[in-house]
Amino acid sequence: MALALVDCESFYASCERIFRPDLKNIPIVVLSNNDGCVIARSTEAKRMGIGMGVPWFKVKKDFLSQGGEVFSSNFTFYGDMSARVMNILEGFVPEVEVYSIDEAFLGLDSLEEHYNLYDFGCHMRSLIRRWTGVPVRIGIAPTKTLTKIALNEVKRLNVPTKVHQISTRQEIREALINTPVNEVWGVGRRLTEHLNKAKITNALQLAEIDPQHIRRKFNVVLERTVRELRGQRCLNIEDNISAKKQIVVSRSFGARVTDLKTLRPIVSNFAVRATEKLRHEKQKCSQVSVFVRTSPFSDHKPQHRGYKTIELFTPTNDTRDILMAAKQALLPIFRSGYDYAKAGILLSRFTNETTKQYSLFKDPNEPKENSKFMEYIDQLNNYETQIYFASQNTRSWSPMKQNMTSPKYTTSWYELPIAK
Amino acid sequence: MKVNYIGKISEENLPAIFVPYFLESVHAGFPSPASDYIESPIDLNKHLIKNGAATFLVRAQGQSMLGSGITDQAVLVVDRSIKPTHNSIVVASIDGEFVCKRLKLKPKMCLMPDNPDYPPIFINHGQELEIVGTVTAAINKF
Repeated sequence: MALALVDCESFYASCERIFRPDLKNIPIVVLSNNDGCVIARSTEAKRMGIGMGVPWFKVKKDFLSQGGEVFSSNFTFYGDMSARVMNILEGFVPEVEVYSIDEAFLGLDSLEEHYNLYDFGCHMRSLIRRWTGVPVRIGIAPTKTLTKIALNEVKRLNVPTKVHQISTRQEIREALINTPVNEVWGVGRRLTEHLNKAKITNALQLAEIDPQHIRRKFNVVLERTVRELRGQRCLNIEDNISAKKQIVVSRSFGARVTDLKTLRPIVSNFAVRATEKLRHEKQKCSQVSVFVRTSPFSDHKPQHRGYKTIELFTPTNDTRDILMAAKQALLPIFRSGYDYAKAGILLSRFTNETTKQYSLFKDPNEPKENSKFMEYIDQLNNYETQIYFASQNTRSWSPMKQNMTSPKYTTSWYELPIAK
Repeated sequence: MKVNYIGKISEENLPAIFVPYFLESVHAGFPSPASDYIESPIDLNKHLIKNGAATFLVRAQGQSMLGSGITDQAVLVVDRSIKPTHNSIVVASIDGEFVCKRLKLKPKMCLMPDNPDYPPIFINHGQELEIVGTVTAAINKF
């Protein structure tokens, strides 16, 4: 009985290094959209004390003066590198669950009798490193919750191979004693406080409580966690990822937006992009929400947050319907006199594209129901041309400032790495 | 020069072969699930890329490999999964830069240009050489 968790080390920062051999051993940080916060740090940057999620302006001067290198996030590139890593895993392991852009669970049950799993892990690590340049860590254990703990052990024990297996009772016990309860998968901050009050501070103490008792005192989710810590598998590898439940497109603005004339086209852009994603997922939605807010960091200025949801009688994935709903949602929540810093759109309540449920009454905003038309628009927009809707902001996607992005090394003919 | 006719690129399927390259971004040749069902046309991806996950495209700059048929601005197909041997054309990183040269392992290890105007690069003490991958093809546009 064995699963594994593969985790790409400082993934975004590692990607930035692949085609920049001059950045070896140089501290690297990657910033969020709009260059707001630090979202990835290389080992060297972590050692400099750069925290996860810190606002960039706070550490900028120190970091740069110490020779650090900074990048805006380049998700096109990271996405391609991630797909390569997952592709390799899928080639060698029968069961792979892509858990996030830089993590995957592996089902190793069928390999267990043929291989030494630790050696197999080391082999996979060196193969992924050589083939893609991405460094990974691998934790091997009987349950998903324990693989996370095995992975943390790599860091705690400073395992040079970056692969760690916990399988015997003794190994698991040892790992659990050294895991603070807040580092257990699924145990959040509030739960940690509760548990600490009950004198439960490490994972072993949590594992030794009767699961039935946990269920009565807390909930089924924590009971499952306890069972998993005890080596009883409750979560399996899910290789068919369920369809998305909602789509969000939102951005912080580079410059403050104060008038509807500027804001509306931006929200229209979000609506267009979100609906493209919706069609890509082959879904229709019947709820459209729009939100706007001012910056929480400028406390001397008046603050406002607005949020409104529009219900559609008939599910749709036609951009024109979503644009109409976005406008309906935005107008009542916009207030003049505020410096808006962020806006976004959320599409939810999905139904499959092909199923259709008719309303008993006539829908006053009957959807356009012309999927061929949207198909053509999508096709055209995939080419170099760009078809815009009249309400969109055609100049740029949003007033976003992001100017330290690395080239799209692997996805653009014009930005390939260069060899002399 | 003798030329062998190896097949016809079907006209109606032209976009299926070339268009994804330019529009959908390269993905350095992830095998498309549809590619199995197209029968007759010739797929350049299939011809040039054996291991998509480990293959990267790199642009060559300069004349140093002219003797191997690599012109300035050629696109190099670099497969990181192929272990280079003596005489392989490789992309290597040296002094924080990528170079494309022929790897010589004997009599003394060096990176050898294929153009007499350029000197070989010997690896000095303290210098770090890392072979990134083996060049399996070069695409020159005329």
